[in-house]
Amino acid sequence: MSVALRQGPLGEFWYYFRENRGAVIGLWVFAAFAFVALFAPLLAPYDPTQQFRQSVLLPPAWIAGGDWAFPLGTDPLGRDMLSRLIHGARYSFFVGIVVVVVAASGGILLGLIAGFAPKWLDSLIMRLMDVILAFPSLLLALVLVAILGPSLTNAMIAIALVLQPHYVRLTRASVLSERTRDYVVSARVAGARLPRLMFVTVLPNCLAPIIVQAALSFSTAILDAAALGFLGMGAQPPTPEWGTMLAEAREFILRAWWVVTFPGVAILVTVLAINLMGDGLRDALDPKLKRS
Amino acid sequence: MTAPVLMAEGLSRVYEIGGGLFGKPREIRALSDVSFEIARGRTLAVVGESGCGKSTLARVVTMIEPPSAGRFAIDGAEVTPARWAGLRDAVQIVFQDPYGSLNPRQRISAILDEPLRINRKALSRAEREAKVREVMALVGLRPEFHDRYPHMFSGGQRQRIAIARALMLEPRVLVLDEPVSALDLSVQSQILNLLMELQERLGLTYLFISHDLSVVRHVCDEVMVMYLGRAVETGAKAQVFDHPRHPYTRALLSATPLADPARRKERIKLTGELPSPLNIPAGCAFAARCWKAAPRCRAERPPLEGAGHRVACFFPEAG
Repeated sequence: MSVALRQGPLGEFWYYFRENRGAVIGLWVFAAFAFVALFAPLLAPYDPTQQFRQSVLLPPAWIAGGDWAFPLGTDPLGRDMLSRLIHGARYSFFVGIVVVVVAASGGILLGLIAGFAPKWLDSLIMRLMDVILAFPSLLLALVLVAILGPSLTNAMIAIALVLQPHYVRLTRASVLSERTRDYVVSARVAGARLPRLMFVTVLPNCLAPIIVQAALSFSTAILDAAALGFLGMGAQPPTPEWGTMLAEAREFILRAWWVVTFPGVAILVTVLAINLMGDGLRDALDPKLKRS
Repeated sequence: MTAPVLMAEGLSRVYEIGGGLFGKPREIRALSDVSFEIARGRTLAVVGESGCGKSTLARVVTMIEPPSAGRFAIDGAEVTPARWAGLRDAVQIVFQDPYGSLNPRQRISAILDEPLRINRKALSRAEREAKVREVMALVGLRPEFHDRYPHMFSGGQRQRIAIARALMLEPRVLVLDEPVSALDLSVQSQILNLLMELQERLGLTYLFISHDLSVVRHVCDEVMVMYLGRAVETGAKAQVFDHPRHPYTRALLSATPLADPARRKERIKLTGELPSPLNIPAGCAFAARCWKAAPRCRAERPPLEGAGHRVACFFPEAG
């Protein structure tokens, strides 16, 4: 304990994070995922939309009939699966980041306002969020995309809107518990006005649960984007987005298992890794769960 | 006697609770009709058990909440919510709990710099830094604490930091809301001595809120005893401590341990509880617990009367 305390906040965080084996594994997988997404054009052997007409629906290389030129086989249009998966990581990562940033910044702002506002405005914001939460999230996202028109950008907007209420509630709850503490009162006595109280005094003390929520909703965003893609409401072909790839290959499930299995496994592994990492974050950042 | 720095007249504070959408809100009278004056460089102690309105008084005087009725003035300047911003640097507060009153995410330098950054916009960064270091030295904090976080300090050092923050704007009045009751006994005396030294050196005026009579006896010049939001006895320290006139004051004093076996007195034990501030009795609030209560006490409220040493009781002890 004393060792952990002397290393500053970051060292302390790592001390607690390290305890959770799954979280560390998740972190490494997530790091690999981020690396692949960042350097996709350098890592992928081919262009993700390039078609090899002479090798359509080739099985993975280690199976009879496979070719080491296409390690994970090819899809019905003769495109290299590996290249498409690597580029797909890019889209998933992009979706995750954009959705989390939009949902978190909007949600934190609304939550702060709700936490500090007079009762009527607080009730108004929270009831509005309750209405959004009352819809099944994917269904609401579907409706929104149907209104906005199917594209990856609109899918991201829809998912961000659906995920936002969680941030609002989380932020408001933390703000309400922090707001009455003496250090906030003394900032007021020092003359701090509302914006300063909200962003400089209170917000940094509410961040721990929000960071955990951000990590966990990163995976929700990827999953929802894949689901929307699968339903034809997300990224449009020929974009190598994992969910869209699944949808395109649906009819070949029985004939060529690899065209659906690999994108599915990619989604599964990424989401699982991020969730494990998020759990570790929660353990490390939530003071109530800390062993002392 | 110099003109009072802080003058309050009939201060009251009423909270509304409950109500909701349909219910009628109920009133809590946390503070009713409190008046006092404090001269420059003096200390007024406010004592009473928990729930008697001491902290509400602190919050009103520190301009955290407006009074529901009554008025108060600092150096002759009437305080109204519209003028709060300009009067911030006249009154500052030190809270009871040094673990809750410092922002855990800010360094000591940032905590001490904040009042200057907000209220002294003309100062440059270097001037503010110099001022922070000066005040740190004043309250006995070592210069190397400058960049540390609050969680690295003990309770006593945190309270020094809280005092330093209160002093940053060079206030005339310092409200001390039980500044030592969360501290160890050995640290208490250090902090009290620091406060008295600062008062002498900077000419500060203290409103010292406490339930600990031995601490109050040590620091104050004048005493105000409160019961259920009202002052029941006020006067100079010697008068109140040596010749208490209100039965409640006598009971409080008899409950304080004395380090003098020869002066052992019999202890007055109070039965019953503080009445609920939601439902304040018509007469004297203390009547239900008082051994001298007469029918008149339950019907009428005794006014705070007397010259200098004032008491709100129909049957005061002989001064």
